[in-house]
Amino acid sequence: MIFDFEEASIPLEKWIEIGVNWLVDNFRPQFQAIKWPVEKTLNGIDGLLQIVPPIIFLILLFIIAWRAANWKVGIFGVLTFLLVGFLGLWQETMTTLAMVISAVVFCVIVGVPLGIIAARSERFADIIRPLLDAMQTTPAFVYLVPVVMLFSIGTVAGVIATIIFSMPPIIRLTNLGIRQVREDVVEAAHAFGATESQILWKVQFPLALPTIMAGLNQTMMLSLSMVVIAALIGAGGLGEPVFEGLNSLRVGLAGIGGLSIVLLAMVLDRISQALGVSKHTQKKES
Amino acid sequence: MTEKVVVKDLFKIFGHDPGRGLKLIEEGLDKEQIFEKTGLTVGVREASFTVNAGEIFVVMGLSGSGKSTLVRMLNRLIEPTAGEVFLDGENITKMTRKKLIDMRRRKMSMVFQSFALMPHLTVLQNASFGLDISGLGKQEREERAMNALDQVGLKTYADSLPQELSGGMQQRVGLARALAQDPDILLMDEAFSALDPLIRSEMQDELLKLQEESERTVIFISHDLHEAMRIGDRIAMMEGGRIVQVGTPDEILKNPADKYVKSFFRGVDPTTVFSAKDVARKSQLTLRWHKGEGAPRAALEQLREEDREFGYVIDKQRKFMGVVSADSLQAAMDRDEHTLDAALLGNVEPVPAETPLQEILAVVRRYEFPVPVVDEDNGYLGVISKNAFLKTLEAGVPETGAGTS
Repeated sequence: MIFDFEEASIPLEKWIEIGVNWLVDNFRPQFQAIKWPVEKTLNGIDGLLQIVPPIIFLILLFIIAWRAANWKVGIFGVLTFLLVGFLGLWQETMTTLAMVISAVVFCVIVGVPLGIIAARSERFADIIRPLLDAMQTTPAFVYLVPVVMLFSIGTVAGVIATIIFSMPPIIRLTNLGIRQVREDVVEAAHAFGATESQILWKVQFPLALPTIMAGLNQTMMLSLSMVVIAALIGAGGLGEPVFEGLNSLRVGLAGIGGLSIVLLAMVLDRISQALGVSKHTQKKES
Repeated sequence: MTEKVVVKDLFKIFGHDPGRGLKLIEEGLDKEQIFEKTGLTVGVREASFTVNAGEIFVVMGLSGSGKSTLVRMLNRLIEPTAGEVFLDGENITKMTRKKLIDMRRRKMSMVFQSFALMPHLTVLQNASFGLDISGLGKQEREERAMNALDQVGLKTYADSLPQELSGGMQQRVGLARALAQDPDILLMDEAFSALDPLIRSEMQDELLKLQEESERTVIFISHDLHEAMRIGDRIAMMEGGRIVQVGTPDEILKNPADKYVKSFFRGVDPTTVFSAKDVARKSQLTLRWHKGEGAPRAALEQLREEDREFGYVIDKQRKFMGVVSADSLQAAMDRDEHTLDAALLGNVEPVPAETPLQEILAVVRRYEFPVPVVDEDNGYLGVISKNAFLKTLEAGVPETGAGTS
């Protein structure tokens, strides 16, 4: 009987398999085309970070953190990376950093325009919403398999999986930020003869920027959280010691990997949050 | 008076099928009936009026009367459902988007109740916003914006942010932004309603002062009667989406079109609005001034017959000559004078017709007799007695007045 639920009556499992296989067989070139920019960006940034002597990196980090936030964040950043270095995890940290930056770059390039379109078109927002829900709630493991099938094992696949997982916040918050711009301000812009694109760039985008930066921050944090999972499909970075530690029950190895990830997350969080605070709020606080 | 803006049969119906709403209006249904039947909201119906160049035209009504919708149809922030708007003869409602944008940049500016300043821009950048949209170069637009800020007295705050300013100052920036465009028409949507009464009064004065310097056409939305009376050259009263009456402040006051309009003016202090001519009555005895003899006796005779104490002397052209009393006439006769001149009471200054009631209180009090009122050619218009004055304070202007004929 169908209703005893002993066996599957809907062969969805088979359909998915057939579907993904069909994609792999027929769309390899397209997927390679997607892979290419990600790979280039990742390798470029990773290469750069690996070459830069640690001391230079620390100085640059301090300057960036200080300008974005304050000297305390700068010190915190420097100490964090010093620790990571002394733990022998510098290379892995640089790779993870490269992965996160690459992922965030692509999330912004693709996500912000999608968010803008969603803010202007009710229909598009309705279409994209369930898609974003799926992307965010689907356990990353579930789409790791298709990602590997389409993009092969490695750090690049890890970054692509990260991009899929972390893009929704920036799309959502760009959409929200633009919609939340005060109606009367937009109306005033219309009244003074602004075109739609002028309104977007001169009024909506600047005013939505704090919210968009919050989206960026969230995306960045989600990217970091993917680090360990990415290691499952052969990505490098700090996920490796964690993963290895888990596999071989070396608690200490997993521990220092995990600690480094946490500290890296905190530094990036502080810096990106500080970037998101708008000029006039800073002025008010001073 | 050139017609600057002409509005013809403007309609706005909100909802999914405005065309149906129009049909129902033609069939004679009113706002409530249409809403019940279709869920459509009639925002504005059959609005027709003309705004003359250089005047301040106030559109007045309670919330929900459609006035904000109406003004937004003038620059098509809200698209009309039917009807037409003409600016200098050009049909705004039929304009292409490109021409509309151009018109908004050069000919029509707007000031908003909530100020609507860009929070991320400085005062100067806000004031030059419209010019920036129009594509003007930085130097030129900052120059013009500075000029506009100077006109509203905010030059020193050019680099401040809007949040750092008080409400009144923020609205001045809004005004400067509109003025920087140097528009023909200024649309002001309850521009001063969010300000406290003292600042509001100041801003009204400032608007009037700016008008003196450059006669723009201003279309001003307000729900405040006193504001309308203070700054309006003409007022359009709106109710339930319809224009109920259009006229000058005292035209409307004297001849309110219906109960709604009348009720608006109930609380108004008449002495601030009316002038002498509105209250003057030809209730007193007038005496023709005769050259020649016998006049005092005849005059006294007349006074006694009519049982009056005072007589108002006018000449053949009905020009006011003076006031006589029974006593002064008797005294003149006793002195053997034979002309009315001799009996005229001294120190009698007639009140010019346009004098606001407020200013003649002292005069009414001082004279023992009703105060004579004259027009600009010294023509006699009537008198204002103490009684009549008090009655006006109590009940407003009576139906017929000397000034209306």
